[in-house]
Amino acid sequence: MAAINDKDAILEGLAEIVNEIAGIPAEEVELDKSFTDDLDVDSLSMVEVVVAAEERFEVKIPDDDVKGLRTVGDAADYILNAQLSTQS
Amino acid sequence: MSGLLNGKRILVTGVLLESSIAFHSAKLAQEQGAEVVLTGFGRLSLVERIAARLPKPAPVLELDVSNQEQLDSLAERVRQHVDGLDGVVHSIGFAPQDALGGNFLNTPWDSVATALQVSAYSLKSLTMAALPLMEQGGSVVGMDFDASVAWPQYDWMGVAKAALASTARYLARDLGPRNIRVNLVSAGPIKSMAAKSIPGFDGLTKVWDERAPLSWDLADPEPPARGVVALLSDWFPKTTGEILHVDGGVHAVGA
Ligand SMILES: NC(=O)c1ccc[n+]([C@@H]2O[C@H](COP(=O)([O-])OP(=O)(O)OC[C@H]3O[C@@H](n4cnc5c(N)ncnc54)[C@H](O)[C@@H]3O)[C@@H](O)[C@H]2O)c1
Repeated sequence: MAAINDKDAILEGLAEIVNEIAGIPAEEVELDKSFTDDLDVDSLSMVEVVVAAEERFEVKIPDDDVKGLRTVGDAADYILNAQLSTQS
Repeated sequence: MSGLLNGKRILVTGVLLESSIAFHSAKLAQEQGAEVVLTGFGRLSLVERIAARLPKPAPVLELDVSNQEQLDSLAERVRQHVDGLDGVVHSIGFAPQDALGGNFLNTPWDSVATALQVSAYSLKSLTMAALPLMEQGGSVVGMDFDASVAWPQYDWMGVAKAALASTARYLARDLGPRNIRVNLVSAGPIKSMAAKSIPGFDGLTKVWDERAPLSWDLADPEPPARGVVALLSDWFPKTTGEILHVDGGVHAVGA
């Protein structure tokens, strides 16, 4: 499968994942939203979002990096970078 | 292919993430020829996603060890996937936050009771729930953290581990006549979800940096998992009620 390397597609994918796992309406998942503060994603749900995102976007997100992913935008950027670096 | 667990049917509890000791136990067991059935607790969808990362597919059954109904129906549910069991891995631990992290003197009994039920008594509950499936004997392996001394932060989880070790010895006594062995692997610290929920876990890991004769990697759950697979195998046929240390040798040395 070709990597989905544009940020809108990543946002769309993340929104679907967050909706499936935490039950938050996909349209509320926006780049500037914080997972914990704005979207109320608890810590185990966040773990599952990361696991699901790893699968969907074919990237590895090490535990130590997860703490840095405060907002949906942080996650989208991280995934985009990870995809670009595995492609090159 | 010749594997240490060829033809064996193993039930593995406690898979949560790839950092789970249970995940690596299941993975190695499959690689060694076993047919693995998993149980998961709470977030089954997460456990299923992680199970999909195993070398071979493995069914995931729901099991909360403090839920008697789920324990009672376990044997029947396992039987839908395998016709019996040769081994059971207990890789379960939980203590409420106020039972950990230096609050030892103030922890209320309710919290202690939860820690003991989920982390120690459950070795007996799980073993009894699986007993009807082990008619030809079997091997039960649980996960210990050295309970012979008091550690920083570990608090009532340490007490629960002491209870777990004692529970394992009594199970070994009572199930020996059925050729069921019950042993524990005493692991060094691993950065799993359970470990990260211990406030001040880093203080505990310093001990390994400073004292382990064999260098210890917090991020590698495979060494303890290898110990689990060894105890599940036929290579410890007359070993029961034992604690196998896979801790880099820390238990053997003084400061
Ligand atoms: N990580 C360490 O440093 C370390 C060291 C020595 C021993 N251990 C022991 O290893 C075992 C596995 O822990 P881990 O480090 O792999 O962490 P983990 O968080 O991956 O595993 C703990 C498991 O316990 C399960 N659990 C909690 N409550 C439960 C319940 N009521 N019913 C059923 N399952 C329940 C969780 O779902 C999880 O799968 C535990 O017994 C732990 O005490 C861990």
